[in-house]
Amino acid sequence: MKLEVNGVNREVRSEPLTPLLDVLREELDVTSPKAGCHAGGCGACTVMVDGKPRRSCLIPVAAVDGASITTVEGLGTPKDPSAVQQSFIHHYAAQCGFCTPGMVVAATAYIDGGGSDDKDEIAKAISGHVCRCTGYTKILDAIAAATKQTEFDITIIAPDPTTVTIGGSE
Amino acid sequence: MSVDVVIPESESEAVEAYGDGSDITVIAGGTIVMQLLNYQRFEPSKVLLLAHAGMSYINMPVKEQGQNDGSTVTVGATTPLADLTVLASPLGACAANVADDEIRGQATLGGNLCSPAPPEHPSGDLQGALIALDAMVRSTGADGEKSEQIEDFLPHRSDRLALDVSFEPPASGAFAAFRRPHAHHYTPLAVSGATSADGTVRLGVTGAGDFGIRLNAAEAAADDPEAAGEASLTDVTMADDAIISGWYREQLLPTLVKRVLNEMKDGS
Repeated sequence: MKLEVNGVNREVRSEPLTPLLDVLREELDVTSPKAGCHAGGCGACTVMVDGKPRRSCLIPVAAVDGASITTVEGLGTPKDPSAVQQSFIHHYAAQCGFCTPGMVVAATAYIDGGGSDDKDEIAKAISGHVCRCTGYTKILDAIAAATKQTEFDITIIAPDPTTVTIGGSE
Repeated sequence: MSVDVVIPESESEAVEAYGDGSDITVIAGGTIVMQLLNYQRFEPSKVLLLAHAGMSYINMPVKEQGQNDGSTVTVGATTPLADLTVLASPLGACAANVADDEIRGQATLGGNLCSPAPPEHPSGDLQGALIALDAMVRSTGADGEKSEQIEDFLPHRSDRLALDVSFEPPASGAFAAFRRPHAHHYTPLAVSGATSADGTVRLGVTGAGDFGIRLNAAEAAADDPEAAGEASLTDVTMADDAIISGWYREQLLPTLVKRVLNEMKDGS
């Protein structure tokens, strides 16, 4: 099987019924989609399949053979985040961050579909996404602001992976 | 344990692969079966994966500007619920009430129609709406392909592969449901109503049994929504589940029936 993941063609060798989520995380090392509930109820595994947001935990990979898959890694980079990613940073819309990849994908799909800054409409659009930190207000603010495609003056806080030391000391 | 996965590329290939339906698990959108596989609640020996079978379509003859000419609407079994939301009430409103945008984009008409009810709660949100529409279901299985009324189809739905569903566009329709916060992953109780071109009123309920039920007594009293609401309780036997009790369902059903009938009167 083949997938185009964030613009790169990848061969897939997993079994045909393996959830797309597991293929992305375990075989292709694309780890932004999160395994929250594995039952379609939390939204943390949401990715774009041919431009539409879908729950990757509920999709057998054979069902999307040949499809284009986009995760948050494909929406922007730490040095060049998308408007939604900038807005999430600017509004401090991530707390623990576990739900954030799914939220960003859903928000991007909502805005790409012509969604407005109406908070009720945004709440409907992300109604399948659970934030257990319950930081919904800032998430709604971030998505509403992102609908205006504003460029935010943000300080990129993502660390340079080449300089991060975990558990060590200088 | 190895699984034999068959991926048909047409309806006829799907029918041939399904055969008599013995020892075969069907996956269309995946929203029901994949949960079970993820949690290893069962191990299928053979799976029929319908994603590429070309059974996702809505055939709706259109006169002009979205006005249906009254001809039969036919919906393919793997049509996602998101595509149904554009249809008139009750089916469109009922589909829009299921889960969220992303699940509606994956879940299919056939899956919703054919899934066996889990023991702990109701399922099959669309069944009530399709009963109200007097829908015909074309399916295949042990005795070959046949078309039958949805009320005849539902009791043996687990042994059939649904191919498509057809119905006449209603003259008016309405849908009312117990409000379902997202954390509730199924609809506890919902009523659908439709008036056919000759003025016949049909009512269906989801959440009052293992599958959708026609509210015959309520239909007989449809001219008086208050009386129809009370009569609806004779059509069903309510059960408890984790979200609402049978007692609460009994309080709720007459209200939903009245709401649907009043909305159809207002809209006609």
